[in-house]
Amino acid sequence: MAATVRIRVRVNGSERQIDVAPNATLLDMVRDHLGLTGSKECCAVGECGACTLLVDGRSVNSCLVLAVEADASEVTTIEGLAQEGRLNGRLSPLQEAFLAKGAVQCGFCIPGQVMAALYLLQRNPHPSPDEVREGLSGNLCRCGGYVQICEAVLGASEAGR
Amino acid sequence: MDFLGTSEPRIGGQARVTGEQRFIGDLGFPSMLHVMLVHLDVGHAQIVSIDAAAARNSPGVHGVFTAGDLPRPMRRFGPVYEDRPVLAVGETKYHGQPVAAVVAAGKDAAEAGAALVRVEYEALPGVYTVTDALDPASPLVQEPELRPGDPLNHTNTLRVLTHSWGDVEAAHADLVADNVYTFPMVTHFAIEPHVFIAAPEDDGVAVWTATQNPFQMQRMLARVLGLPLAKVRVHAPDPGGAFGGKQHPKYEPLVALLALSTGRPVRLALTLEETFQEVRRTSCRIRARTGFTSGGEITFQEIEGDFLMGAYADIAERVIAKSSYLACGPYRVPNARVTARALFSHTTPSTAFRGFGTPQVSWAHESQIDDAARRLGIDRVEIRLRNLAGRGEAFVPGDTPADGDWAESVRKAAAAIGWGTPLESGRGRGLAVAIKASATTGASYAIVRLHWDGSATVLAGTSDMGQGARTVLAQIAAHELGVSVGSVNVVTGDTAAVPFDLQTSASRSTVFMGNAVVRACEDIRRQLGPGDLTEVLASRFGEVKGEVIGVGSMRSEHRADHPLGGSPSFYEFTCTASEVQVDEGTGEVLLVRHVTVADVGKALNPQHVEMQDEGAAVMGLGHTLMEHLILDEAGRIRNLGALDYRIPTTKDLPLEMHSILIENGDGPGPHGSKGAGEGGLMATAPAVAAAVTEATGVVIRDLPLTPEAVWRALQG
Repeated sequence: MAATVRIRVRVNGSERQIDVAPNATLLDMVRDHLGLTGSKECCAVGECGACTLLVDGRSVNSCLVLAVEADASEVTTIEGLAQEGRLNGRLSPLQEAFLAKGAVQCGFCIPGQVMAALYLLQRNPHPSPDEVREGLSGNLCRCGGYVQICEAVLGASEAGR
Repeated sequence: MDFLGTSEPRIGGQARVTGEQRFIGDLGFPSMLHVMLVHLDVGHAQIVSIDAAAARNSPGVHGVFTAGDLPRPMRRFGPVYEDRPVLAVGETKYHGQPVAAVVAAGKDAAEAGAALVRVEYEALPGVYTVTDALDPASPLVQEPELRPGDPLNHTNTLRVLTHSWGDVEAAHADLVADNVYTFPMVTHFAIEPHVFIAAPEDDGVAVWTATQNPFQMQRMLARVLGLPLAKVRVHAPDPGGAFGGKQHPKYEPLVALLALSTGRPVRLALTLEETFQEVRRTSCRIRARTGFTSGGEITFQEIEGDFLMGAYADIAERVIAKSSYLACGPYRVPNARVTARALFSHTTPSTAFRGFGTPQVSWAHESQIDDAARRLGIDRVEIRLRNLAGRGEAFVPGDTPADGDWAESVRKAAAAIGWGTPLESGRGRGLAVAIKASATTGASYAIVRLHWDGSATVLAGTSDMGQGARTVLAQIAAHELGVSVGSVNVVTGDTAAVPFDLQTSASRSTVFMGNAVVRACEDIRRQLGPGDLTEVLASRFGEVKGEVIGVGSMRSEHRADHPLGGSPSFYEFTCTASEVQVDEGTGEVLLVRHVTVADVGKALNPQHVEMQDEGAAVMGLGHTLMEHLILDEAGRIRNLGALDYRIPTTKDLPLEMHSILIENGDGPGPHGSKGAGEGGLMATAPAVAAAVTEATGVVIRDLPLTPEAVWRALQG
């Protein structure tokens, strides 16, 4: 086995030092090293978006990023959003909107969808329907819940007005 | 308070938006070993030798298993025919069939070990198409000894299924439409790839698999392992999408054997590419000859379907039997002859896939109707209304009559798409219907425990794979017991904890399991007697506490005299209407508006029904416009994985989408409900293709309607 590399990352607000293999992906790191299994693995080639999370505020397909590339970065996963969202026992408006609009079916793609939507709304708090479709076009949902997912993002955007 | 017919929030929804939902790939066990499969980059090959010595010596490797390393005799398995080996024996019969399994301490060690397994093989000619399968000169896919005494066992035809009535030869027709349609191989592409875990448990085995059919899995594992049912425990965590691809055993027998052999928990996580190589929809070529009067009435229907299964039968013969049984569609057809051949090939085993063969047959019967309408100068909606079976009409003689007002669905879809209103240039509209026979035989059992505080636990074997089974079963129990939905918990997914259920398929759960839950609640009510629930519970249980346990079931027995083993308990009827705009320069089809109408009897949770119906429609756009597995001359799939196999994204959505529910309370489920959730994709292809034809004048009979296919057709 290759030697490991020690990296420092801030994950969902907590400072972490982690020894990772040089070939480990950021997705491997959050799932296998940190037990944060909300980020999902599907295609492993950056096409499906199930592993979407934020690095220094930007959304990435974490299956395409090496863990060592995240050294000295701030990483936010779906679990981080839930922590924030669960203050006062409530989910974030985005999570609430996904539930209210019926955007969740099997749920496997949903963490990635929520993270992609979070990034979209951070850059563009009031997107048009076309901008939502564009912003979420890298996140596959085989249950086909796109209409409801897009409505949820637009709903959360309205709630933020 | 009434909890039926309201859009109660999804049970488990919160865990799905917070990332807390534990799918099977999120489970881990101490001292768990990892498996990597070894397969060959060829469709069909003779295995000459396997040298695993280097792999066995590789760091972290606990063992390398080939067919020769498994117990002997090693029983084969399958839901109908026991034809599938745990690991390839002698030959590899499809691209990706595992020939060996490497078990190691970690994923990387297993991968490194697998790379060291040396397989010497000789590539053989293969059967990859319908034409190959029908050619007597082609190699045999299945060994004849697996079907002793079968007169077809020296051919690549497993079965020839026929359904007929009336007299096709004697039927008069003013017009005969005679065309050939093809439907490609497509794959399920659940976003959750398949993961299997097994561990020794007491003197048996526990298996974790995201299956739709935990009890069938238990039965097949018990047979392969030679264990009683009670010693095989199947845990079925909620699947991350299934769509038929997670019904039947794949590598569960293998991981169970590896766990028993190593004495450790063992995990096999397939890549998406490997998952593609494991399950697909049955592809087909259908020739249809349809006779019409000059007034557009169907006088006969003659259908010859050649359905290409994979290397093992899986459930494909049942797919072919059920869909070909209704291959004439929901129409009044006085004379019919349907011949369907179930053909083996050296390809990925085809299996159940949402719609269970209906999208394939509707592609033919609906395109035929449109062909006739155009040639006879009859409106395409009108010709359907002239032929649709009316409520109560036995459109398949002697079988379940039409159980809905299907014309109402067609009229609503036509109105919603603006049928008959002027079209912009470059646009066209299409409308199509489809019908699926629901569950015929089967059984579901439910246990409801009413606790002393008035809350309740429902135990049910239904898998909650996105359709919201837990939610609707909680609604049913809450309604029947007169308690709130929030006080009902639904436990699923553990054969040691919940009672028997045949399977989660055929849109059967709301009807079969729903009725079982109703009956379990009635059992509780009978035990409690009349009165206010809170007072009755308090007086019955007092300080010692306790609970009332109700048991309910719904069974439909097997009928040997019926071609499907029993009459459909209901029909899933759908109508789809679509308006498209075609870019004649690129061949690209833009969906301007898309409408689905589902006859659901009663929507117990309207939001859940609509999201499934629209989701199915989006999935249907995949096989209509973009999806197909491409094989090369050696039978290798050339577009494995998400980069090269496109499924719909947000950018493929129709600009407008509507789902309309017909609720006439005419189903056999609780409160007149019928099953739902598959219909939205059953008529997508013919509706969209007819719209493309109206927009461009070209007729395409081979799916998918990729920009290239449309552009080529436009070039004439």
